[in-house]
Amino acid sequence: MSAKISTKVYVPRDAAALSVGAEDVALAIIGEARRRNLDVTVVRNGSRGLLWAEPLVEVESRLGRTAYGRVTAADVPGLFDGAFLEGGHHRLSLGVTEEIPYLKRQERLTFARCGLTDPLSIEDYRGLGGFRGLERALTLAPESIVEDVVDSGLRGRGGAGFPTGLKWRTVRTALGSQKYVVCNADEGDSGTFADRLLMEGDPFLLIEGMIIAGIAVGATSGYIYVRSEYPHAFRTLKQAIAIAYKNGYLGAGVAGSQYAFDLDIRLGAGAYICGEETALLESLEGKRGIIRYRPPLPAIQGLFGQPTIVNNVLSLAAVPLILEKGASFYRDFGMGRSRGTLPIQLAGNVKRGGLIEKAFGITLGEIIDEFGGGTASGRPFRAAQVGGPLGAYFPREFLDTPLDYESFTARKGLLGHGGIVVFDDSVDLARQARFAMEFCAIESCGKCTPCRIGSTRGVEIIDRVIAGQDRDRNLELLDDLCELMQEASLCALGGLTPYPVLSALKHFPEDFDRPARTLRAAE
Amino acid sequence: MIHAAPWDDQEALEIVTRHRQLPGAALPILHALQERFGYIDRAAIPMVAEVLNLSQAEIHGVVAFYDDFREQPPGRHTLRLCRAEACQAMGANALVAQAEKRLRAGLGATTLDGKVSLAAVYCLGNCACAPALMLDGELIGRVDAARLDQLLDRLENAA
Repeated sequence: MSAKISTKVYVPRDAAALSVGAEDVALAIIGEARRRNLDVTVVRNGSRGLLWAEPLVEVESRLGRTAYGRVTAADVPGLFDGAFLEGGHHRLSLGVTEEIPYLKRQERLTFARCGLTDPLSIEDYRGLGGFRGLERALTLAPESIVEDVVDSGLRGRGGAGFPTGLKWRTVRTALGSQKYVVCNADEGDSGTFADRLLMEGDPFLLIEGMIIAGIAVGATSGYIYVRSEYPHAFRTLKQAIAIAYKNGYLGAGVAGSQYAFDLDIRLGAGAYICGEETALLESLEGKRGIIRYRPPLPAIQGLFGQPTIVNNVLSLAAVPLILEKGASFYRDFGMGRSRGTLPIQLAGNVKRGGLIEKAFGITLGEIIDEFGGGTASGRPFRAAQVGGPLGAYFPREFLDTPLDYESFTARKGLLGHGGIVVFDDSVDLARQARFAMEFCAIESCGKCTPCRIGSTRGVEIIDRVIAGQDRDRNLELLDDLCELMQEASLCALGGLTPYPVLSALKHFPEDFDRPARTLRAAE
Repeated sequence: MIHAAPWDDQEALEIVTRHRQLPGAALPILHALQERFGYIDRAAIPMVAEVLNLSQAEIHGVVAFYDDFREQPPGRHTLRLCRAEACQAMGANALVAQAEKRLRAGLGATTLDGKVSLAAVYCLGNCACAPALMLDGELIGRVDAARLDQLLDRLENAA
């Protein structure tokens, strides 16, 4: 055995990296190092969010961390033949990781730590500045914590954009025998994966944010509701919670203080509607995920009828930094009433999809063209759907829209959870409009008629339009139906499904005017 | 391959009882039953209802509401294809057609030999490595026609 320090090689354990072969790459590196009698330590980190380059392998060399992108197990012997362990050049080289323009141009606050280390090492978390927000929170009165969050301008990252601090203030002053902090990790929107990346890549950050929330509002119990489509995130969080308990951050006497906070994790069961906060609470209570009438607000009567904070993963994960660096530090990022940074998720038909954290205000076009590098297929760009399945389809003329809640609203769009799905010119927007209604019909909880029945009628009407039956009258009917769904649905599912439909009609009318045809659901 | 045990009333009751104290225990119980047996047998409905002091209708309602909960044993393998927008933008619909044709089963159905259950899923959170699918719990990204064929071959040769 040589006395030389072992070389660290990072191979992500993130689900996306695993889905494109990271496990085989890690095994190949371990095997190859052994064969060559080299001292290599493979660290299974989270993802850096450069998903276009996964599996992204990094080597800690004297140059710093150097990256190799889209590595396959078959590439590994060749890498070792070159100067891989010294960070040397290879056809898969991306250079020093921090200098990769995709990463360098970002403003990472929430994701600053994600992908740097083994996500389950609480020592690494502490070493990289973790728990500093909690430490500062413990020196403050709970009211001051709430006011810090109010002053930061943080708005709910789940989609609705409601000021997080105001929600906390309501829960703080509400009367209840047991208050709760619930993390909505039911990230069901297509094109979004930031919650998943964070839960898998930096789980202690979310836990820290929830502990701070508990202290701030006087809640001693928390739940993370994770969708079942995210088994990796569920497992990682479950382990992270156990580690946090062992290290005294959860349970009685949080970090040696007088506060107590218990945290548990629950698995969803494949219902998109449970991302709606009241349906999520029903589901946590062990019932069907049917939405509740509001009022009462969950902040007054939430989980088991008690005052409850329901916040998205990214909202809670933004809190530790706000506490650590102060409200104004966070508020100084952003534009207009959208303060701080937004973890943007770029996906679909795009060359370089991944996580891009930027201050609010960057335009849609800068994200798609400069970060994304155009479509994956090489065909011309045609449309981008922003904000998940309930978000509008924007044409090229709208690529100057700044990512900001109000700017999107002004263009009858939705920033939502910050997911952008790119389509090339092979897309048929009539079909996408039909899909929006079909999705709503599949996922409707059934409580209100506009959503339950309207979505099915919507599919039928669009089918008739596509089939060329009485197009003008059917389009008028569709318009009318959309208005009804928007005005009369109880929650965002029925209320926003018209967004993709109406935007498709408005910006891509030619797709509704093609020669008559019929569609099958899964075509 | 999903390793599920044959339904056993006694064991099921033990699982139900083990979770009964959890607040809002119904979902954790149903998940635990399905993880063990691969599905939720009809016999579970009165059992869970009694232990949680709820009506059978309530428990049946929960099982029926959530896509994840199956009331019949699934095929020996489960193939879930993502049909959400990001995957559609990268050709997911063609993959669905390809899988349906080769397996001779539609979405939501199981092949006649009971081998493969085919299902749609709406977002696996792998949208930047689209199209994505999940085969027996394993997430696979950047799937194209050739890769899907390879996976279907693997299924064909599997037990």
